[in-house]
This record gives sequence, structure tokens and C-alpha cells, in this order.
Amino acid sequence: MATFVIDFSKNHFTLFGLEPAFQIDMTRLDQSYRDIQAQVHPDKFTHADAAERRLSMQWSTHVNEAYQTLKQPIGRARYLLQLNGVDTQEETNTAMPAAFLMEQMEWREAIGEAKDAGDAGELDHLASKLRKAMQELQEGLGKQLDQQHDFPGAAETVRKLRFFDKLREEINDALEALEA
Amino acid sequence: MALLQIAEPGMSAAPHQHRLAVGIDLGTTNSLVATVRSGMSVVLSDENGRPLLPSIVRYGADGQIQVGYEAQAHQCADPQNTLISVKRFMGRGLKDIPHAHEMPYKFIDAPGMVQIKTAAGIKSPVEMSAEILKVLRARAEKALGGELVGAVITVPAYFDDAQRQATKDAARLAGLNVLRLLNEPTAAAVAYGLDNATEGIYAVYDLGGGTFDISILRLQKGVFEVLATNGDSALGGDDFDRRVFCWVLEQATLTPLNANDTRLLMGKSREVKEELTTHPETRFTAMLSTGEMVDLQITSRILAEITQSLVQKTLTPTRKALRDAGLTTADIKGVVMVGGATRMPHIQRAVADFFKQEPLTNLDPDKVVALGAAIQANVLAGNKSGEDMLLLDVIPLSLGIETMGGLVEKVIPRNATIPTARGQDFTTYKDGQTAMSFHVVQGERELVADCRSLARFELRGIPPMVAGAARIRVTFQVDADGLLSVSAREQSSGVEAAISVKPSYGLTDDQITGMLAASRDYATEDMLARALKEQQVEANSILAAVAAAIEADGTLLTPEERAAIVASQNALRQALAGTDHHALKAAIEALNHATESFAARRMDASVKQALTGQKLADIST
Repeated sequence: MATFVIDFSKNHFTLFGLEPAFQIDMTRLDQSYRDIQAQVHPDKFTHADAAERRLSMQWSTHVNEAYQTLKQPIGRARYLLQLNGVDTQEETNTAMPAAFLMEQMEWREAIGEAKDAGDAGELDHLASKLRKAMQELQEGLGKQLDQQHDFPGAAETVRKLRFFDKLREEINDALEALEA
Repeated sequence: MALLQIAEPGMSAAPHQHRLAVGIDLGTTNSLVATVRSGMSVVLSDENGRPLLPSIVRYGADGQIQVGYEAQAHQCADPQNTLISVKRFMGRGLKDIPHAHEMPYKFIDAPGMVQIKTAAGIKSPVEMSAEILKVLRARAEKALGGELVGAVITVPAYFDDAQRQATKDAARLAGLNVLRLLNEPTAAAVAYGLDNATEGIYAVYDLGGGTFDISILRLQKGVFEVLATNGDSALGGDDFDRRVFCWVLEQATLTPLNANDTRLLMGKSREVKEELTTHPETRFTAMLSTGEMVDLQITSRILAEITQSLVQKTLTPTRKALRDAGLTTADIKGVVMVGGATRMPHIQRAVADFFKQEPLTNLDPDKVVALGAAIQANVLAGNKSGEDMLLLDVIPLSLGIETMGGLVEKVIPRNATIPTARGQDFTTYKDGQTAMSFHVVQGERELVADCRSLARFELRGIPPMVAGAARIRVTFQVDADGLLSVSAREQSSGVEAAISVKPSYGLTDDQITGMLAASRDYATEDMLARALKEQQVEANSILAAVAAAIEADGTLLTPEERAAIVASQNALRQALAGTDHHALKAAIEALNHATESFAARRMDASVKQALTGQKLADIST
């Protein structure tokens, strides 16, 4: 078998014709994603030879992965940091500010109480409050990454957002349990 | 309207020839085949003008096989050998089948997938489904006047890997070239979307005979992007029939019935359910084999009451899908109803209440899936450039690996857009450990015991190291059909130990070939001639593809590369003139090999041009 490699070295931003930044043009991302998939998707290669079919699957897979990474704020920030040589240490760095951890405890208690009371309305309310809190964090993240270039600070914000992500999952699980 | 195509002088007309392709809806209750004719998607009827083929197969003691209405006629007299709703057994073990003990069949608890002992011997659900597909294939080839180049087969979106693999195996067993497995709600969206030139976010509520799917899609300029899907692969119209059946048993205080009477009353239950769609009340009348008469009055209100919990059961996955898509009902522009069961007025009411809007029912809910599948088959077969249509689908259930303590480590999350791949690193548990066993599962639960087991495999030859030093990367690849393959590789040492597996319940190529050879359709056919013919078709299609590629992008080649490709082309043409199918296959592979780096460069070029907005010459020919 011939040894050739697809040029996946291009970073995800370049792949979609975007400048590497946290604030990106989402419409442009969506449009580029569709345009590229329209060229590489396996549905366009059902009659091609085996080599082209395999390439098409690899490319299409890669484009999906890149799109998913950039579409989500956390994924995009993590990827940007990675491009700048900064590891977000989400698994290893557990030293969070005390005030943040207190806040997390309060969230957990509030969710736990609403869950025990079977109060779907309160859970919905918490979910929207959580969305707002995450939005604020993301705005700060944008500043840290695009303007201040404070990468260690941005890495901490990503870790914080991960905590909020888990809270969101908890709320969703609680709602699901109530609906069942 | 579609214009007739004429080839350019001197150019081969072959690539423009209309390739016969069909879309097949292999349903729990009924199956259909559709095709695109003169730009219109149409369902192909049988010689009596009936579009539906009941998904019923009967095996006779003399080896005779009846399918459809013919089989249906015998279902009460011979329930043991007349199989209905086989789709519910696809890719399923005996313990997964609800109410199995009440069914008249002689089940065999085979590993991976259940089998059934019939008068004609032991049969698997794959073989039974293949019988249905063979009838549809014959119907299409007769109607279209030639051999099919391929078919798009639809599957419930919530089908797991085992069920998808079983469906693909059935199609291959029926001698069909599977162009794509397509999710039923997505197929319905294609039929709807293209007909109505719709844009925006749509929900497809698909309640079939045995399965329920909900998909949330974003439609924009011919791109159908599935945002989330959910469902229940063991909930459908059959369950509503059962509720009616149980109600009748209760009301008429009947003693335990024999298999024939059970099948009779189940059939009546379905008829009554269908009548109540258009009538507020009807009578349930049947004469049992004991001579006892059942005669009851039933109203649509009673039907709604006894099936209320089933309707509610569809709303839980609906909420989950919306939540996974990060949307609320207010974001949904339209709700498409698919599947015969959605004709029931109380289901339409429940869906309207939930989404706070009247659902769309202007396309026949029985046909819409096949019609959409035919449209995609037409594009995939190359009859239409298909530039304007792109389907981006997802996997319905998370895929993972068993870790210590029977827990699941998710590798690919549900609703990931396909094709997709992801790697996960694992390490050794003991010093000097040289082998590792992996267990691949599918499902959302945290415990392995609550998920579906897909495959087990071992990686051997890991160089001995201290515990935790080895780095084994397990890679999951899900293709555009939603089918999984897994590979594992030890990465920290120079020694390579790799394995690639397909989940265990799938049939191997050899098994399929063996079954094809054994089936009566092919018993008289010369297998060698068939193999040669297949290779000839393949050779011609590759020669055409390569010629078109050189024509379009020949400038990407150096003179040496071009000379190598031309040499391989000539060698293949020479092999094509002979009758040795092995030599032909080798020549095809050689040409494939010679064009590999050319293909890679063309793909790079096409991605670049996609961004700069230039239109490429149709590279897929």
C-alpha cells in the first residue's frame, strides 16, 4: 500500500478559512463546514475507487471533528490554548479558588433540593440561571484569549466552565428522572 | 422537469446512462420499494397494483417460501411458520425480545441473535428479512427492466450497531448492493424538504409498526443536518394492537387461547385500531376455533384511554432529543409525522399539544420514508450530481469500552455526526502484562450490564513493561452507514500489535457468500461467471472514474505518475478482455494503488476550492 498522508496539519481554524480566535463568525464556520462536507462526504464517493472512498471517510471524519471542536466554546478555547502551547490541565489541576468552590457547593445544594422536591419548574429556573452564568464566563474567556492573551487565566476559566458543564448535566439528569 | 441527456460527440455515454437504483423501506409491518423516474420519486407497486408488501414470511415444509399477502393469508392457520414483525428480532438476543414466550415461534437462543425453527429448518431474522428484500428487488427489476446498481435501505434512527449490521447483511444476502443505510426520519425529511423547499429546524416524529424515532433536523439549502435523535426501538403500532388485544381478553373474559386464536385476535385488533382512526366506534367480532363468538363494541375514546401510556412513552425520547439539540419546542418550525401509527387521531393530538402546533401530514406516512430513500439512492447512484443535497446524520447511542469494575468509558458520545472517529488510551494493570481484552458496548448507562454488548476482542503481543507503562490506543471508527469498526495499537514501544474487529454478530463475507451459494436463487447460477461479471462491472466503473479524474485534474500529475496510471489502465483493459476473474481483480487493485496519491491530491484541491467558492468539476463522476 502506498504511504501517503492527508495534510491534516492545517489547524482547524485555517481549515474553515477563519483566523484563530475565540470570537469567530459562526455563520462563516457553519457555511464552510457545509461547503467542505459537500466536497468530501462519503455520499459523494459511492462510485469512486477504494482509495478515494477511504480518503473521503478520513476527510469527512476529520472535518466533523474540527467542526465540533470549534462549534462549542469550551472546545474552541481548549483548542486555541493548545495551539499556543498551553495545556488546560482539566484532569490534573484541581486547585480552584475557594470562592469558586463555595459557589459550586451552593449550586449543587440548590439542584439537590429541587431534585428531592421534584420541582421541575425550579430545575428549569436553575438551568436558565446556569446558562447566564456560563455566558458571562465565556465573555470573560473571549477577552482573556483575544485581547489580554492571558493564557493561564483562560485555562482556569476553561476548568471553571467544565464544572458548570457538569452542573448542567446534573440538572438535565434530574429533569429526565422527573419525566420518566 | 428533467431533460433528456445527450453525450458529447466522442465521449462515452456510459457515465450518463441512467443507473437503476431504489430506496427500500424495510418496515416492521409493511415494506416498500421506490425509485426516481423522470425526476419524480414513486413507489413501485406489485402486479396487482398494491404498493405495500406486508413484512410477513412463511416457510413451508416443502421448502417453499411465501412472502407478503400470500404469507399473510396463512398466518392464522399456520402461525408457527408464518413470521410477522421480524424486524423486532433483528440483531436481538432472546432475552431482548418482549413477550417472546407468548409468541407461537420455536425460538433458538443463538449467541448474538435469536433464530427460529421453522418447517423449512432453522432460520435467522437476517434470512427472513432477505426474503422480503428479494421480493422487492425482483419487483423493482421487473418494473425498471434491468439489474439494480444498488439500493438505499432505511433503518430506524435508534437502531444500534447490531440491528444496523443485521439489516445490511440481509440486503447483501438478497443480492443487493447497499449504497447506504439511511435513517428513516432523515429519509422522511428528504421527501418533505425537497418537495416543499423548506428551511429551518424540523422535528420528525416517526412511529412505525415496531419502532419509535424522533429526529431534530436543520434544513438549509439542501443540507439536512441531524442535530439530535432519540427513540425506542421496541415501541410501535404493534404495541397498540396488543393493548386492544389485552382489552378484548379482559372484556370477553377469555380462557388462555391457542396460537391460532391469538394470531386471529391480534390481527382483528389491528383492523379495529385502524378503523377507529376514521370512525368514532366499531365492533370487534371474531369466531374462535372453539366455536366461541367474540363480539364487543369499542370506541376511539376507549382506544385512546388504553394506549395513553404508550403515547406518553414517545414523549420522553422527544424531550431528550430536544434537550440534546439544545432547543425548545418554540424553536421547531414544523413537525413531520411518519409511520402508519401516526394516523391515530389521539397521537396527532398529543404531538400537537406537545409542540404547540399542528403536525404536518400532507405526505402519506406509510410511503414517505421509501420516497426519501429513493431520492438519495438516485443521487448516490450518480444519476444526479447531487451537488445541492447533503445528508449529515448522527449515531443514536454512545459507544464505549468496559473498564475496571464493569463501568463504561464512553469513547464516542451519542448524536456525534457521522462519519466519526475517536481514540482513547488505555494502559496495563499488571507488571509484564502482554495481552489485553476489550469489550465494546453501546448505550447511555454507566454500567456495562445495562448496555448492549457489541464485541469482545484481545490485543496480544504487548511488550512486557511495568504496570501502567504501556499505552494502548483504541480507535473507534463509525462510517457513513453508522457502522462501527474498532482497532487497538500499542504505541509506547516500537513493537506494533494491532487488531481490527467488526462486532461479532455480523456475518463474515465468507458466510454471506456461502449463504448466497446455498440459496435456491443462485443454486443454478455458475458462481464463477457471477464473480467474473461482478469484477467486470467494477473494472468498467473504475476505468470510467479514473478517466474522468484525469480529464478533470490531470494537471495535478507529473508525467511519470501519469505514465504509471496509463500503464495500469492498459493492463486493466487487457485483463478485462480475458475471463480470469482473479487476474481482473488484481488489475483493479493495481489501478487503485496507482491512483492513491492522485486521489489524495484531488481531495486536497477540492477542499481548498470549496473554501474559495469555486465550483469543481464533478469529481465523484
